[in-house]
Amino acid sequence: MKKFGVKKGDIVAFAALLGVAALIFCALYFLAPKGNTVKIEVASQTVATLSLEEDTVYNVEIGGKTTNTVEIKDGKVSVMYADCPDKICVNHRAISKSGESIICLPNKVVISIEGEKTEVDGEAL
Amino acid sequence: MNKAKKTAVFALCVALAFTLSFLETLIPINIGVPGVKIGLANMVVLAALYLLDKRAAFAISMIRILISGLLFTGAFSLLYSFTGGILSFFVMLLAMKSKRLSILGVSVLGGAVHNIGQIIVAAIVMQTPRIVYYLPVLLISGAIAGIAVGVVSKIVVERLIKIDFNKKD
Repeated sequence: MKKFGVKKGDIVAFAALLGVAALIFCALYFLAPKGNTVKIEVASQTVATLSLEEDTVYNVEIGGKTTNTVEIKDGKVSVMYADCPDKICVNHRAISKSGESIICLPNKVVISIEGEKTEVDGEAL
Repeated sequence: MNKAKKTAVFALCVALAFTLSFLETLIPINIGVPGVKIGLANMVVLAALYLLDKRAAFAISMIRILISGLLFTGAFSLLYSFTGGILSFFVMLLAMKSKRLSILGVSVLGGAVHNIGQIIVAAIVMQTPRIVYYLPVLLISGAIAGIAVGVVSKIVVERLIKIDFNKKD
């Protein structure tokens, strides 16, 4: 550090930039638009598209057996039950923002929120 | 500097900056966010700021952007580059004059501000404020690239400072 003659101001500037970046990131994350539809996929096949506004309980059935129970309540989606041993999806917090998803790997179930697109189309700067 | 020497030194700097721009087009950086780059040409601008004077550094930066913009990236992207280049130049100048930062910090600020300038233009041109989603990534990548550019610039400046470019002869 000494060898390169780093001044205190350099570190302050770098830290400030990282701070600003983190701040913007957080602001964007918390201000992310809420989605309006819930898409449930099993093995990449869409099995249901539900509205986020209506409170419902949906059972994901694979081969006549309920594998996951999805609950939509107060504009939030969570998984109440899963027959898999790891229960990652059950323990996942409720999701509500566009682009968020809960994935149950053992059953190949993907629950994702759609609606307002959050991504920007890439264009070379 | 007499006129002939001045012309030679300026032309050399522009050529060098331009070559570095070209070199950079050969390095593919694709992390999913447009606008991420190293900013190698900024080394010349930084060195010129420290070794020559502010007017020279500004002119070198602008001529470099014009030439490389027309040759590599297309006339439209000149808008991005000029905004980024001008903004970053004045921030670097202020940072240097403040004496609180070494060339490293000046370079880091320059890199980050360059990206901020581009984002502003992109948001206006594309009419979508959503483009600010790229800002955190561009700020951090600009700062990191700025460290790399700053380190090299420092080494260059330390060696070339022995030649007094501004002496009257």
